Amino acid sequence: MRSTEAKQMELVCPAGTPAALRAAAEAGADAIYCGLANETNARNFPGLNFSPEELADGVAFAHRKGSKVLVAINTFARAGDVDLWREAVDTAAQSGADAVIAADLAVLDHAASNHPDLRLHLSVQAAANTPEAIRFYADTFGVKRVVLPRVLSVPEIAALNKEINVETEVFVFGGLCVMTEGRCSLSSYATGKSPNLTGVCSPPEHVDYTEDADGRLLARLGGFTIDSFEAGQAAGYPTLCKGQFTAEGKTGYLFEDPVSLNAFELLGELSKAGVTALKIEGRQRGKAYIAGVVGAFRKAVDSLSDGGDPGPAIGALKAFSEGGRQTAGSYKKTWR
Amino acid sequence: MQTHPSSESLPPLVSSLVAPLPKPPMEALLSTLTRRLVARRPDLIRRLGDVVRVPIAIVPDDLPHAFLLSLDPDNSRVRICDKSRIGDARAIVRAPFLALLGLLDGTYDGDALFFSRDLRIEGRTEHVLALRNTLEEADLTPGEFFGLSGQSADWVNTISDKLLGQVRAFAQKSAHADCSRQKLS
Amino acid sequence: MPDHSNIEIALGPCFFNWPADRLLDFYRGIAEEADIDRVYLGEVVCGKRMPFTDAIWPDVIEMLTKAGKQVVLSGLAQPVNKREREILRQQAGYDMPIEINDLSMVPGRAGLEFTAGPFLNVYNEASLRLLADRGATAWCPPVELPLVSIQKIAALVPEVDIELFAFGRLPLALSSRCYHARAHGLRKDACQFVCDRDPDGMNIATLDDRRFLATNGIQTLSDAVHVAGVTSGQLQATGIRRLRLSPHSVDMAKVAGSFRRFLDGDLTCDELNADLASQGLPGPVCNAYLAGDAGWKKATLPA
Repeated sequence: MRSTEAKQMELVCPAGTPAALRAAAEAGADAIYCGLANETNARNFPGLNFSPEELADGVAFAHRKGSKVLVAINTFARAGDVDLWREAVDTAAQSGADAVIAADLAVLDHAASNHPDLRLHLSVQAAANTPEAIRFYADTFGVKRVVLPRVLSVPEIAALNKEINVETEVFVFGGLCVMTEGRCSLSSYATGKSPNLTGVCSPPEHVDYTEDADGRLLARLGGFTIDSFEAGQAAGYPTLCKGQFTAEGKTGYLFEDPVSLNAFELLGELSKAGVTALKIEGRQRGKAYIAGVVGAFRKAVDSLSDGGDPGPAIGALKAFSEGGRQTAGSYKKTWR
Repeated sequence: MQTHPSSESLPPLVSSLVAPLPKPPMEALLSTLTRRLVARRPDLIRRLGDVVRVPIAIVPDDLPHAFLLSLDPDNSRVRICDKSRIGDARAIVRAPFLALLGLLDGTYDGDALFFSRDLRIEGRTEHVLALRNTLEEADLTPGEFFGLSGQSADWVNTISDKLLGQVRAFAQKSAHADCSRQKLS
Repeated sequence: MPDHSNIEIALGPCFFNWPADRLLDFYRGIAEEADIDRVYLGEVVCGKRMPFTDAIWPDVIEMLTKAGKQVVLSGLAQPVNKREREILRQQAGYDMPIEINDLSMVPGRAGLEFTAGPFLNVYNEASLRLLADRGATAWCPPVELPLVSIQKIAALVPEVDIELFAFGRLPLALSSRCYHARAHGLRKDACQFVCDRDPDGMNIATLDDRRFLATNGIQTLSDAVHVAGVTSGQLQATGIRRLRLSPHSVDMAKVAGSFRRFLDGDLTCDELNADLASQGLPGPVCNAYLAGDAGWKKATLPA
């Protein structure tokens, strides 16, 4: 059982490229998560991610800077091609990475059976949000940490932590899945490509932007118009869960507005709730985002013990957020 | 940290000064530098993926010309052309010149520029993403782009940082002045 | 003519918030329907609805069992609170067939058989094998899994019965937020159970006025109605032993009858689609997930 006087929470930061990994390490990340350049990771966008050599170099660099590296192999293996996912685990183990983040039973099983010394984290894509589900993964595969799905409020996280013996990691900043992670087929329904299998939500080859004569930006996915932004109005990602639709005669953001998560104000409560690690989303983001967000949250986490004022640094992050807006999401029960 | 370039258009005076400059020597220089970069960094070619086969247009809002980019490893080149002559491009990226420069050297985050509507994308989104992500990895400081290393690279980077900083400040000031003038009239 | 009649037909759990008396009437009708071999029941979408229907299930189970149906209790797909977890814990121990839709339930089912439901992320042979080792004897794949993948998995894990989601609006997503409540300016905690106004889900159109999705409380479904017009021969070749029809407000006995005629070779795929479309479906027919394409589309399936 963890004491309420918890030790400092670990800051887990994204890296889509070796350059971003270096930026995250320089900005004070305790751990950096990244993926291989194929469909084994859930940010499989063109131009992103690491070759096996880049991963090994990245691990060496991060370790020199005192940061850990966690390798996300967090999609679900394609039937008949499970070996690609198993090889990704082997590559991660060989790179000297500190842990693998996985969701698929087959991937977890391979890691647990063949790399017993490799630390396993349960990806948010597994959507394990009950003590029973988390214990299943811990007992079956020796999972040491679970990344919690974004469905729980802070009091629920505190209650959960009292019932389990594994560490918990929660998202505190960045893109926000509105649907339960790993349990959403909206993108595949529109495009035919499953994020669970290919690692791409709203695949860019199915995204189309047009700006009309009035400066109105129309975003289409798979040929469906899913959002419209007036001239000068802040835009968001072309994801269905943050698109505009018509229901009951009203048109608007039925699921969620274009908005990003910022749980900065809840860091103290999350620490008291027994959370071990704080995760920043954004492996698809640039070095400017990494440096800005990681730096600000480094200050914020440190301020819990040193009393510094991270306010201005956190305030400057608004421009990095979708639609220029932020939310505490499901951490506050009223979001539901 | 730079997060908000929204008011950073080049003053019209700068644009009109640039307009009559001779294009061929600029094209030749940019093409040579790009070719050298691509030869130096084969990892970037892997990242670019399909982009190496398609022309992409970079269109600065506040300059009279567009840049047509071909990143074929055997024949990379940069063409400077009229904004109306980018029909070949499979994808078009539009943004103020300083925002584009900021993307190139990693000062700005591409998604944030997109959210703020400073950056607009037309055509094949996947090519723009691949290019953007590759540029992130390229770490294109001016020194890197010119193929410099060590002290000379540091020297060029410092000077251009200072220069760009001043240009950005100037652009913001003149945009601000523009705004005030509009409010007065 | 080969005998294809051994492809079974199952009725899936009802996703929608139908009142208890409507559910009772519904299952009374199903009990009399000869074409349905197996019935899944219970609340799988929203634990808040459970108190309204809890009382009817023992009677419904008895009625269907007496009528010769195999009855399977489907578990909640996204348990969130202590009460819901406790319900799943109890159900896991029941001495009757159950369907698991959240891995929370697996440890409690130790030593007993179960069906792995479509809400579990089982996408490959190794994952299904792992669940089979823990008691899974039947599996309904996630709706987005194409036939080629199902076929590969079936060949490698032949001991598990495979049941294909074959009719109904596709269950696409779950959330902790209630979209019915949000659309009515309410919150989940004080939702007034407005999801009961839409017995087939609330229709959602895109900005270009195309019908696209449907919401059902915390669940998002397709607008289009998925129809797996895969012939008996092809189903057997793929390793599929049963079709699952998801309850909607159309006459499900009639829908089952159409599928039976199709499986018996009395209807072609096009005739099946036309026949179902004429029965007043909540959306147009789709099927392209089976071909590995966008789920809303209509593809030509292998005959």
